[in-house]
Amino acid sequence: MAAEGKTIDALSQFELHTALGPIGAAVNFTQSNAHMLAASVIIVLIMTLGMAPRAVVPGRFQALAETFYEFVENLVAGQVGHEGKRYFPFVFALFMFVLFGNVLGLFPYAFTYTSHIAVTFGLAFLVFAVTTLVALALHGKKFFGYFFPEGAPLWLAPIIVPVEVVSYLSRPISLSVRLFANMVAGHVLLKVFATFVVLLGGLGAVGPLVAVLPLGVNVLLIGFELLVAFLQAYVFAILTSIYLHDAVHLH
Amino acid sequence: MNEQNDFEARLRQARRKQGLEKDAGQGGNDHPDGLPPNAFQIGMRAGVEVVSALIAGAGLGWLLDHWLGSWPWLFMVFFVVGGVAGVMNVYRLFNPRTGARK
Repeated sequence: MAAEGKTIDALSQFELHTALGPIGAAVNFTQSNAHMLAASVIIVLIMTLGMAPRAVVPGRFQALAETFYEFVENLVAGQVGHEGKRYFPFVFALFMFVLFGNVLGLFPYAFTYTSHIAVTFGLAFLVFAVTTLVALALHGKKFFGYFFPEGAPLWLAPIIVPVEVVSYLSRPISLSVRLFANMVAGHVLLKVFATFVVLLGGLGAVGPLVAVLPLGVNVLLIGFELLVAFLQAYVFAILTSIYLHDAVHLH
Repeated sequence: MNEQNDFEARLRQARRKQGLEKDAGQGGNDHPDGLPPNAFQIGMRAGVEVVSALIAGAGLGWLLDHWLGSWPWLFMVFFVVGGVAGVMNVYRLFNPRTGARK
């Protein structure tokens, strides 16, 4: 597929196509949307079916659901504090959506919706809007004091305020670029080494022997990508919690 | 009972050996975000912070210029402000606002 014409084509995997045949084409339902839908369905199934037995000693499935729940709960409670419990559903939904987007994308033929800046920036902008609204609702006008730290000399305000405002506005950008760049870089690397396998494998008698090397690299890369997939979801969730902490406590 | 305590002690010991125990005194102080102390990751984070602050600053300046019709002056000013904000973001990465954490 990628080795057609003996070139390395690492970026075509990020192109969008319509899914679900003519119905999908009519409403522009892409494979990205299909994977989002699949991830949401899987998350809902894990949580509902996992919680259905309500056993005191959890079975495997219930233990899985409880692990996800407790992991995010500890994260939110640890960062935001006790008041953070209110925002747990928000962070949990974000974490699960990003995690399953990253992990589902590692399966063969699957598409990684978190590899599109439009998706990650959409999520990051949601975080930005929610944290700003929470801060405004809890603190009202005092929120704007956030942009001028107490105790700083007043004549520095023309410098400090724009810098603080720009720093605040850069949050959704850094949040989205980090996730997007990590996922794109990982998938490009995988594709490049996979193409090496195909190109080297076609080099006559010694080809298959040499092709084992990039194949080995890809085996290692898949393991690494699994780590990155989890880590980036974790980073996304923990940064959301940190922003919520700033919004709730406001310093 | 005794057996139970023994098991807890051994579990804690095993967890500490694997680096899973958090209460060893290094949790959270120097890494307020709870991110693992991995040099490459910290470098990545710092780089992303600088670039995103630059984008935010330049974007804000460009928008204001289009609104006020003063191209390219505000863009140039806010480009510099974005650079300053990027440096400040990196500074904040290692020195969070005082009294902010717990």
